[in-house]
Amino acid sequence: MAIKSQPRVRVPAQAKAGEIVEIKTLISHEMESGQRKDAAGKPVPRDIINTFQAAFNGKPFFTAEWFTSISANPYQSFFFKAKESGEFTFTWKDDGGTEQKATAKLTVA
Amino acid sequence: MLTHLDATLAPTRRRALKLAGLAAFAAVLAPRMALATEAQVADEMKKLFAGKTMGEGKIKLDMPEIAENGLVVPINIDVESPMTEADFVKSVHVFADGNPLPQVVTYRFTRESGKASASTRMRLAQTQNVIAVAEMSSGQLYSAKVQVKVTIGGCGG
Repeated sequence: MAIKSQPRVRVPAQAKAGEIVEIKTLISHEMESGQRKDAAGKPVPRDIINTFQAAFNGKPFFTAEWFTSISANPYQSFFFKAKESGEFTFTWKDDGGTEQKATAKLTVA
Repeated sequence: MLTHLDATLAPTRRRALKLAGLAAFAAVLAPRMALATEAQVADEMKKLFAGKTMGEGKIKLDMPEIAENGLVVPINIDVESPMTEADFVKSVHVFADGNPLPQVVTYRFTRESGKASASTRMRLAQTQNVIAVAEMSSGQLYSAKVQVKVTIGGCGG
């Protein structure tokens, strides 16, 4: 399953220099564990988002490697220390190799 | 629970159907429950952290004591660290000893993270221990373990 949904990201629009801001993300995905069997008894192949990465001005600062134990529609929250204004890029990558991206701007006053 | 209550009632069509349904459900679940064990978690940890000593403290693993729905259990990790050039948290690995596969998530932090803390939601197939191990930039390891009781398992059943 390709990642079809538009991810949701919550980032504060502004921060003071040196402030640690919390970022919350959510994306819709089955996160098929590969443990289930379909009605005919055949195993349903694994299909999960295995990597999530957050970058600021092109430089990655947080990575999550998800395994099958992560719930469907994975939620992830984490932190970032604001220094300068710029743009976040968030990337989700699934087993099929599809990528979904989202961006958000941060202004440091 | 249901069958217990039903046992006091006269056998009816409804009851027969319910029992048949439960039996079918159990049949679906039974054959594929090959769950990870504590030994498997230990093996996995040995592979990742061979030869390093494990300390207690510094890392806080926050999870509910009882999870009503094993499909979505909140998990929050918080590691004490100044997150400076010289001293920061490199990664956090999370394991579960009662899920089909022991690995849950691996976080990689950097100094830009400001704070080695993250929250997500995980599946728990049954009542089990969840273990988090933090690896510091110095190579030192810290671990935390919590037991979560699960009322309804979440392994896709």
